[in-house]
Formats: sequence, C-alpha cells, structure tokens
Amino acid sequence: MISELQAWAILLLPLASFSLIALVIRPFLGSRSRLSGYVTILSIGVAFLFSLIALRSTLGHEDAIGWDFHPWLSINGVEVRIGILMDPLTAVMLVVVTGVSLLVQIYSQGYMRDDEGYTRYFAYMSLFTASMVGIVIARSIVQIYVFWELVGLSSYLLIGFWYHRPAAAAAAKKAFLVTRIGDVGFLLAILYLFLQRDTPAFQGRNPLEIPDILQAAGGAMTAFAATATALGIFAGAMGKSGQFPLHTWLPDAMEGPTPVSSLIHAATMVAAGVFLVARFFPLFEVSATAMTTVALVGGFTAIFAATMGLVMYDIKRVLAYSTISQLGYMMLAIGVGAPAVAIFHLFTHAFFKCLLFLGAGSVSHATGTFDLRFMGGLRKDMPWTYVTFLIAALSLAGVFPLAGFWSKDEVLLSAWRGEVTVHTLVFWMAFIAVFLTAFYVFRAVFMAFHGDFRGGAQAEHPREADSNGAGGVHPVHLAESPMVMLGTMLALAVLALGAGYVANPLGDLAGIPAHWLTSFLGQHEDLTFNLGIAGASTAVALAGIGLAALMYGARRPSPEAVGRVFGPVRTLLLNRYYLDALYEDVLVRRVFYRGVARLLDWFDREIIDRFVDGFGWLSRNTGKAIAPLQSGQVQVYGIVISLGLLAVLGAYLIFGR
Amino acid sequence: MSLQNFMLLSAVLFSVGLYGVLTRRNAIAVLMSIELMFSAVNVAAVAFSRYATPSALRVDPATVAEGAVQQVLTGQVFALFIITVAAAEAALGLAIIIAVYRSRGTVDVTQVNLMKR
Repeated sequence: MISELQAWAILLLPLASFSLIALVIRPFLGSRSRLSGYVTILSIGVAFLFSLIALRSTLGHEDAIGWDFHPWLSINGVEVRIGILMDPLTAVMLVVVTGVSLLVQIYSQGYMRDDEGYTRYFAYMSLFTASMVGIVIARSIVQIYVFWELVGLSSYLLIGFWYHRPAAAAAAKKAFLVTRIGDVGFLLAILYLFLQRDTPAFQGRNPLEIPDILQAAGGAMTAFAATATALGIFAGAMGKSGQFPLHTWLPDAMEGPTPVSSLIHAATMVAAGVFLVARFFPLFEVSATAMTTVALVGGFTAIFAATMGLVMYDIKRVLAYSTISQLGYMMLAIGVGAPAVAIFHLFTHAFFKCLLFLGAGSVSHATGTFDLRFMGGLRKDMPWTYVTFLIAALSLAGVFPLAGFWSKDEVLLSAWRGEVTVHTLVFWMAFIAVFLTAFYVFRAVFMAFHGDFRGGAQAEHPREADSNGAGGVHPVHLAESPMVMLGTMLALAVLALGAGYVANPLGDLAGIPAHWLTSFLGQHEDLTFNLGIAGASTAVALAGIGLAALMYGARRPSPEAVGRVFGPVRTLLLNRYYLDALYEDVLVRRVFYRGVARLLDWFDREIIDRFVDGFGWLSRNTGKAIAPLQSGQVQVYGIVISLGLLAVLGAYLIFGR
Repeated sequence: MSLQNFMLLSAVLFSVGLYGVLTRRNAIAVLMSIELMFSAVNVAAVAFSRYATPSALRVDPATVAEGAVQQVLTGQVFALFIITVAAAEAALGLAIIIAVYRSRGTVDVTQVNLMKR
C-alpha cells in the first residue's frame, strides 16, 4: 500500500530536481554540468518506481485511496484544500507520464550532449514532468489549474529553448497564447463551479473538489450547469490537446529540441487535455450536448489533422499532425462514452509516438535536417533506428498485432456500438483517418529510409551548413546514434510492440485478466472483439501502406504526378487550410492589431495620457504664475503677513460674534 | 488710569514698531523697531496682569490659593521672560547683521535678497 508521503514524492522529486539544478548546479557547476542530467534521471526514476507502487496499490480498489486534505485557502466560505486523488486513472497516468519522461531523459543524455544549455534543459524537463504529475494527482480543481498553467509555462520554456532562433521564440509564444485561449474556458468553468456553492447540488459538498463535483453531477446538478461546466473544461482540454480549432500551435511547437517534442506529444502536455476530460467524465456523461461536442470535435480533428499530415515535408510536422489526429481519436472515444478506451489509446500512443519522435531525432542527429526531401536511404546506415521507427509506424497505422492496433480497434468499436447518428458519423471519420494515418506515416518511412540518400543538411543549406541552430554547424555523418539513444528507443519499441495486447488482452493471459486496463479504468461492459471492424481497419491501414509504397517506394505513380492531379487540394493542404493565415493575418493583424489594439492605443494616448499630461501642465504653470511672489524682499513678506493678520482679525471682529 | 490707556499705549508702540520693521532699510533700525514691538507686548502683558484679575480672587478672598496668585503674576513673569529673550535675540540679530555686512558690504535689507526665485 502506498503511503501518502510516497505519493507526494512522485510530484516533489522532479520538483526538487528542478530546484536543485536551477539553484545549485547551474549557478555553481556551470551550464554544461553532467550532474544535472543524472539528478533528473534519478529523481524521475524514483518517481517512476513510486508510480508503479501506486499502480500496484490501486489494484483491486474500486474507490480512490483517500488521504486527508490539507487546508490551503478559504474564500467566501469555500475551503480550497489540496490533496491527492489516487484512483486507477491517476495511477495509470502516473506510470505513463513518469515512465515516458524517464526514457526521454535518458535519450536526452545523448541528444543534448553538446548543447550549451544542458543544465537549463534538464531543469525545464524536471519542471515539465513535475507539472504534469501535479495535474494527474490533483484532487481539487484549483490544484489542477495551478499545475495546468505550470505545464503551459514549462512547455513555453522548452519550445522556446533555443530562444535565439526567431522561429523558436515565435513558436513558444504561439503555443502559450493559443493554449491560453482554451484555458480561459477552463477558468470560467472553475469560477462557475465556485458560484454554484450555494445551490442544492452542492449542499454539504465542496464545489472545488473533484469527488464532490462528480457526485454532484450525478445528483442534483442542473442540466444547464453540467453542460456549461463540461464545455468550459473541454475548452481548456481543446487548447492543451490541440483539438480543432486550437490545434495550430502544436505543429509549430516542433521548434523545440526533439526530445521535448517527444515528451509533449507522448505523455505530458497534450495528454493533459485528454486526461482532464476523462477525469471529469461523469460530468460530461450527464450532458448530451457536451458529449456530442466532444465526439464531433474529436472525430473532425482526427480526419482533419490527418489530411494535413499527408503533404508535410518536415518529418516532425508529419508526426505533429499525426498526434493531433490521434488525440482526436481519444476525444472521440470519450465523446462516445468510453473514457477507459481513450486512456488505453493514450497509453499505447504514448509509447509509439514517443518512439517516432525519438527516431526522428536520431535521424536528424545523423543528417542534420528534418526535411524528408533531403533524407532517403537511411535504412542501410541506421538499421536500428529504421527497425524501431518501422515498428512505431506500424503501431501508429494500427496493424495487427501491434499496440496501436488494439487501442485503435477499441476506439473504432466504441464508436461503432453507439446507436446515435453522431456516433456513426464519427466512426466513419475515424475509419477514413485510419487510411490517411497509414499513408502519411509510411510516406515518411519511405522518404526517410528507402531509396537513395539525398544529401541531408548540406543539400538543404548549400551555403551555410548551419541548420540545426543548436550546435552551430551540423555536419552530415551517416551513422547510428549513440547507445544511450538507441537503448531507450529499443525499450520503447518493445512497448510499442506488445503493450497493447498485454495491457488489455482479449482473453486471460498469464495472470492478466481479459480487458484488464479498460476494466481497471472503470469500463465494465466488455467490448466484444468484432472481427469485421478489426479486419476492415487493418485492411484499410494496409491499403494506405501499400499506396505509400507504390508512390514513394516504387514511384508508380510518382508523387509529383499525383500532386499535379490534386493540385488545388495539395495547395490547400500545404497551406494548412489557410487556418494559420486566418488566425495570424486576419484575426491577429487585422482585427486585433488594427482594430482592438489601435483603439486601445488611441484611448491610451488621447484620453489617459492627455489627462496625466494635463495635471502636469496645470501644476507647472500654476507654479510659474505664483513664483514671482517670492521676491526675496523680507519687508514685502512682512507687509503681506501683517495685512493677512489684519484681515483675519477684522473678519473676527465683524463676523466673530 | 484704566486698562484702556495702557492698551492704547501698547497699540501705538506696536504700530510704530511694525512701521519701522516694514519701512526701514537699515537692518539695525529694523532690529530696533522689533525691540519696540517687544516693549508693546510687555506693556500689554503687565497691564493685563494688573487689571484683569481672575474671577477666583474676586469671589472669595479667603480661599485664595497659591495657584491663583501664580495666575495673577503670570503676565509679569512673561514680561521678564520677553525681556530676556529679546536681549538674546538682539545679540543674535546683531551678530547676523555683522556677518551679512562682512560678506556683502551692506546692511540694507532690500539688498539682502539671495532667497528670491
């Protein structure tokens, strides 16, 4: 049984590592001290062990382990208390977050070896992990919000890690601002809950504590209140999880170091949104509107992002759109009423997506570029990277029997099962997205690893070979990455291969009961394996892979010819549906800069500044007008004083009685 | 002799002094005029002490307390204090005038106007 102290340690260890690196190691041992990496790995490793203990302790417990609350604030009769909510959802998320984070930290040892900001990097990574753990274990919604914003902050710091590159600084700012838009919705939901404190639903309950909110949702909460709160929370989740229309920050977030992208996409940042909706699922469940919204947004995002992934040339951008699309799957699963399946997909996705990013990092480590057009033929020089990347790609495509297949199948199945039109609609969206997913990921595989090598960074930047920006000139050296990077990739490859079936098997499997993970997460009606859907989705995935092989492997038909046929569509996709242009040119520049900002500027200049200036003018000129009275003639002063005294006495004599 | 006569004398003295302070250019003459004003105040103080007897004395002479006597004498004591302070003030004022004369070569108060804007 896990003690409360151990549970807190999962959060406090990475936080301590952050403080230690930021306050001691970096100032005293220099910005490239190896110690920072070891401290981070050690603290997250111990946190991972505690997470395993937590998972072990929650097994066989229907209810959450409840520890006492710790008082924090008292506002208008509402106690804000902090505490840990240790239920199966928390335990599974803790294992994913700390486990993936641990692997990424080990990988970073190799990837960031020569970087100037080595200690800064690990400090931020510790903070990032700690913030995510904070969200996962929080028991009060205010506590979630605090760590929610900390995740936003640390992702900002990490995306903008190479802040001297304008693109990185802009991407960091974009990520922060776009997710903030969603966060406003989340904040409004919290405030709304706070205002509900005197309603019958919260009689004797605390409107800011998650167990109470969920109980109230199942009880006396009005339909409107539930819908409003759920939509507010979903707005926050949309921002963090990159759901349409707030997805634009995620592809740009590729400007950070690759392990950061890998962590953001697998376990921390984007998973936070899915986790949040899953955490408040009972609240969503009572509101049909909220469920429909979640399902539709998820389904649309799944197919919408996948189409953009088809044409991108930056390997990390391909993966980024893939993440958005897969997050769409998770939201969709929640929307059709299967949060356990969503978390199962999050679980498998964390492994193969992390692996894909680490593979992309390994590739760029060798070639110095992320542009697929300048790669090719890496299969021969980097066999291990190739094999692991291939496993992850197959898993992402959902090919039997890899991890991704099982979770994707459950997602499709949960949508198929529903009788509502919306469920059927999102099922077909997700089904088409399966084909697109298989195509774009194998397009990346064929472009990067097959054919002939097309020159890497030196071909991309013929003049200055400085493309990486991190370590200055990045020479092309086609060789396998160091062991520390390969080792983590191999570990992830094993998970991407087997984690799906082992965690959630169809039948009992060597001590693991059937549908272990999903039933552990609270889904008790088993989804019966549907051979038709499984077969159809695998066939579609294989068709996608086959098409990618034809176009990018055999070049029959050649991608250029296909591109010409679909000219306008391709342009639309390459420009990302002009959404970035819409946001940046129309919303930001036209509406905001030229409209709102200009109006406020005018008000500031013409009203506020004038008012302040007027005060200055008044006192200055009053002073100027009165100053000549000070003549230095002491007798004049005397006369004035005497006359003044006479005036006072005279007034007293006349009016005094 | 009534209180009015003393008041009249005091007022005349005070006005003459004030006139001197406000019109004489010579700093020493200004100082002398100030002394006149002090004298006016002294005359008034002593006159009040003599004529404006506290009501406590008048009601029951048998119970005249020591405090009442002190009150009667307040005006006279005040006059003594003023004389003392005026002496000190005159000494200080003359010292300042000498210092001013040394630095500026004049004792004309209209010329001593360093404090003007």
